[in-house]
Amino acid sequence: MKTIRIGAGAGFSGDRIEPAVELVEHGRLDYLVFECLAERTIALAQQAKRKNPAGGYDPLLEARMRAVLPGCHRQGVRIISNMGAANPIAAARRVIEIARELGLTGLKVAALTGDDVLDLALDENPMLLTGGGRVADIGRDHILSANAYLGADGIVDALGRGADVVIAGRVADPSLFLGPLMHAFGWRPDDWDLLGRGVLVGHLLECAGQLSGGYFADPGVKPVPGLARLGFPYAEVSSDGAAAVSKAPGSGGRIDLSTVKEQLLYELSDPSAYVTPDVTADFSNVRLEQIGPDAVGLSGAGGRPAPDQLKVSVGYLDGYTGEGQIAYAGVQAAERGRLALEIVRERLALTGVAVEELRSELIGIDAIFQGADGDASYTPREVRARIAGRCATLQAAHAIGAEVEALYTNGPAGGGGVTRSASAVVAIASTLLPRDRIRPRIDMEVA
Amino acid sequence: MTTRLYDLAHARAGDKGDVSMISVIAYRAEDYPLLVEALTAAVVARFFEALGLTRVERFELPTLGALNFVLHGALRGGVTRSLALDAHGKTLSSSLLSIEIDLPGTGLAREGMEPTQC
Repeated sequence: MKTIRIGAGAGFSGDRIEPAVELVEHGRLDYLVFECLAERTIALAQQAKRKNPAGGYDPLLEARMRAVLPGCHRQGVRIISNMGAANPIAAARRVIEIARELGLTGLKVAALTGDDVLDLALDENPMLLTGGGRVADIGRDHILSANAYLGADGIVDALGRGADVVIAGRVADPSLFLGPLMHAFGWRPDDWDLLGRGVLVGHLLECAGQLSGGYFADPGVKPVPGLARLGFPYAEVSSDGAAAVSKAPGSGGRIDLSTVKEQLLYELSDPSAYVTPDVTADFSNVRLEQIGPDAVGLSGAGGRPAPDQLKVSVGYLDGYTGEGQIAYAGVQAAERGRLALEIVRERLALTGVAVEELRSELIGIDAIFQGADGDASYTPREVRARIAGRCATLQAAHAIGAEVEALYTNGPAGGGGVTRSASAVVAIASTLLPRDRIRPRIDMEVA
Repeated sequence: MTTRLYDLAHARAGDKGDVSMISVIAYRAEDYPLLVEALTAAVVARFFEALGLTRVERFELPTLGALNFVLHGALRGGVTRSLALDAHGKTLSSSLLSIEIDLPGTGLAREGMEPTQC
């Protein structure tokens, strides 16, 4: 039975680069996928594109491509990524330039677009998934972007047309991996069980190191060797959808039933209905088997028909936040930290700073989780007082950090290490649009 | 008699919008029925009461020996709006593992009942 190997080259935009190179060199890959778009990234990239029409794609695109393109070209590894963010066309053009500089003539690069549905979202004005309003209720002036989560179809097309590199914007994360599987095995768009198995592979790989021992270690209880040289995972997949996940030999990390279970359930709601643009995948009967050192076999995933509508993320400006922090140590550290927070709250009221929502806490005591598991007798040797607020203006947001800074000479004894920030909030609202109104588009160029 | 969840299971938290998903995975298959019995949606909702949750769902995965909790309204509007230090709620998984759960035959907490305090 035919098998192919797909590697995970990145699990987020700032991810390490060497593990991807290691996978290319030692993983015997057929495909390498870089998943680099968080929920908000496209809205932020859209702002960058407005300032510079040739920008708006992943800032690490160039570094990643320079690192992996020569090896991928030599070994025939095809690359798929959503690093195009708000501007896949410009990103693909940059990849072409880099390929030419590296002497990789003949490299075919596809830009996959069609996810930008801002005009359609404004025309259709659909209901938002939470809050009860419609897209227009956000306010046209505040909306930055609207991007649909495309499925695997555009990637399948691009690979079918011979692309060595596919640069997309918003595509559902698992679809980045399902695309090459559908292309390589000729899976049809209604082979629901096969697509469900492919989505399982994509879901496990999309966060890269989080499958191979990253985000898992707890010293003495859940040890993971070599996290500083963590190996990124790959999957070997058969044409019937059976798969095994592993990592480059000699790399750090661990792949076993425990690490795979944690990632299998990561960000899942109902495990029997994982909705993607391509299939509603069912992971409820997935079986895992340790088939070798750092190798786990997967079986039992299934699928049902895909939804009629695609999820769309609308990015919009949502006011400003300001924050300040200051540290206290020694006897009564927490008491002085609390006094500091009280003073800042009183100052903001006294000086008439308009704050819509204010949150204050002591890092080391109650910043992460305010409530239930607190221990009143706990006396830390050091705390960091933090206060953060939401405001309608940047000026008001700046005032929060300024009041924390003023504690240096006006606040409790022994405060130090002030940090402060203020920034615009880019928020995301979700909605749905009919899939037949959204068409992926491919532009191909050869280096 | 109670035991700390940390000693029986490991966990990972993820997020989508204002929803936090927390998996709880038994280290040993034989402890899974105990988790099913003691770690109900009501117990988890009570533990995280301070977050202002609107609803908690629990999914059972006997093949994996795992439970998956879906905490609605857990993230103060979600990562893009929250003022929290950990806006993703990534740390909620470790917080949950510090919960003490009842061992069998010692006053089990069931769905809809008040969890016993020890």
